[in-house]
Amino acid sequence: MKKFASFFLSLTMAMSLLTGCADKNGGSAGSSDSTDAQTVVIGGSGPLTGNYATYGISVRQGALLAVDELNEKGGVNGMKLELKFEDDEADTTKAVANYATLMDQGMDVSLGATTSGCSIAIAEEAKKDGLLLLTPSGSQKDCTKYDNAFRVCYMDPDLGFYSAGFIKDNGLASKVAVLYDKSNDYSAGVTEAFLQRAKEIGLEIVTQQAFTNQSNTDFSTQLHAVKASGAELLFMPIYAPEAAYVLTQAGKMNLDVKFFGADGMDGIIEKIGEENLQYAEGLILLTPYSADSQQEPTASFVKNYKENFNGQVPDQFAADAYDAVYTIAACLEKSGAKPSDKDFNEKMISAMTEIEVKGVTGTMTWSKEGEPTKPAKAVQIADGAYKELK
Amino acid sequence: MDFLSTLISGLSVGSIYALIALGYTMVYGIAKMLNFAHGDIIMVGAFTCVVAFSTWGMNVFVTIILSVVVCVLVGVLIEKIAYKPLRKAPPLSVLITAIGVSYFLQSTALLIFGPNQRSFPHIIDIPPIKIGSLTISGEAAATLACSFVLMAALSFFINRTTMGKAMRAVSEDKQAAELMGISVNRTISITFAIGSALASIAGIFFGATYGFIGPYSGSMPGIKAFVAAVFGGIGSIPGAMLGGILLGVIENMSKAYISTELSDAIVFGVLILVLLIKPTGLMGKAINEKV
Repeated sequence: MKKFASFFLSLTMAMSLLTGCADKNGGSAGSSDSTDAQTVVIGGSGPLTGNYATYGISVRQGALLAVDELNEKGGVNGMKLELKFEDDEADTTKAVANYATLMDQGMDVSLGATTSGCSIAIAEEAKKDGLLLLTPSGSQKDCTKYDNAFRVCYMDPDLGFYSAGFIKDNGLASKVAVLYDKSNDYSAGVTEAFLQRAKEIGLEIVTQQAFTNQSNTDFSTQLHAVKASGAELLFMPIYAPEAAYVLTQAGKMNLDVKFFGADGMDGIIEKIGEENLQYAEGLILLTPYSADSQQEPTASFVKNYKENFNGQVPDQFAADAYDAVYTIAACLEKSGAKPSDKDFNEKMISAMTEIEVKGVTGTMTWSKEGEPTKPAKAVQIADGAYKELK
Repeated sequence: MDFLSTLISGLSVGSIYALIALGYTMVYGIAKMLNFAHGDIIMVGAFTCVVAFSTWGMNVFVTIILSVVVCVLVGVLIEKIAYKPLRKAPPLSVLITAIGVSYFLQSTALLIFGPNQRSFPHIIDIPPIKIGSLTISGEAAATLACSFVLMAALSFFINRTTMGKAMRAVSEDKQAAELMGISVNRTISITFAIGSALASIAGIFFGATYGFIGPYSGSMPGIKAFVAAVFGGIGSIPGAMLGGILLGVIENMSKAYISTELSDAIVFGVLILVLLIKPTGLMGKAINEKV
């Protein structure tokens, strides 16, 4: 049995090698080659098992939904899309191995990886092959350091920039306190940009409080300091598990300030749990996507996603991945490129900066540096659910 | 006012440490072993509370009693199964067994409850107390009050009852106590039972103060409480109380006035200083070992 299996495996591998060669040489004479050229293979990587599994699963499902929708409509320029997604457990070594596997399977466009670290590792490899890399959710600065790399989500510092602006423009507060995780790149990066922008637009920072991953359960001293500072709003670019502690402890000591977080706090309603949900009431999150939006295309995306995946509500990661696939489709349409073209990668990359995509995370355009421009939106927790803040 | 509120939250955290430290110090005093699984008992207590109160919908007092009973059973069973066969073994074997038991408890909780934090029920439903601009949370007030009552009761038990006298005797000299007709095994079991009961109360306060509980929630307070016990002089009961409360206050004060990131380093720095000046801890007695 084993022998048969290995024989079969080696046979398929040899065949894929052959078709791969034919494909890359741009041969369009054979009938099998032309059908191969009709499929655009999108390769993705993310944690499907382990601690961060929810992120990878969301990305895979979001991308899968977009691919299915596009194929149902007859594909893009007559070409079908195909998604191949591998598990990397948020481990950079595995992500790089996945990238090689996907290249062997004829990947035409890469979705990079779900987590920032893995996405940076894949970007190093994708640079050599020159293919378009569009990470849905890799938010660290270095994810897009090469010309062929783009992202759908905001870059970390941008969140701080937009948050400060949002607080100022909506008159939420003039005295602001900041609480952040000093041992976390995301949190520190957002905070730095926030403080800089706050200074520029005249928000008064009354106190800056920090914690580390060694001291992330007891926030009483930091919250007392916030109280003593007379702040009207507490800006906290931290992740949901820590935010759950902060909100609960603040609620118990009757800290009367507005709470403001960023997209890293996505999932706070599940993390804080029913018992303590009352303490999250009124929390504002700056995130480009909100699942309860009544506007198109978000409303139908949420509806279709629920139908396809057992009633799950799509989170930020699923929305980013869905938009990533539609962005790739927009590039294909704009450039008219086919995977069999010799300059397929170049055409796709130059199309990235020319397109405008109306996605579920907002209407986006891209800069040469790989950064998206899209309007900042905020959601607020009201009656235990996310509501879009008007 | 800022100073007062920091002091009060320090006292409240400190009394949780003190309750756990008492278990460490009593077990050390009597069985001469470091029970590193003790911190995880507070996790067992807190999880029992979550299941009894939130899932089974029991009343507050039944929940607390059940949680104490479960912890006492777990504590005594651990002693009977894991430590008793090692009574004559070298201290290092016992220490490693204790670490093993700690992992066993954590992994069991991980299997039953999964890796995510659970939110802790509002078991202590006391509104915040306001004195001028100072607000004391209901949990902090309850923690402080209950801890002092429990510590007073424990002191009475140790100093005024026959059983307490037996415990003091065993801690002083096991063989002589046995010759006087004191059952050493029974005394050790009772020590574990009392320690675990205090830990379960500490677990409930811990859960109520922070609002969440997970399989590893017990390990950090366990380590801090061990430090508190050493700080106060391991083996000494008043020492554990003082050590725990001082540790909580120093921790919160250094967070508020020096640096939030360095608070742990400062706490351990103070511990090193105390041990350099007074190697037996604040209230520990120097015992001359006879060779």
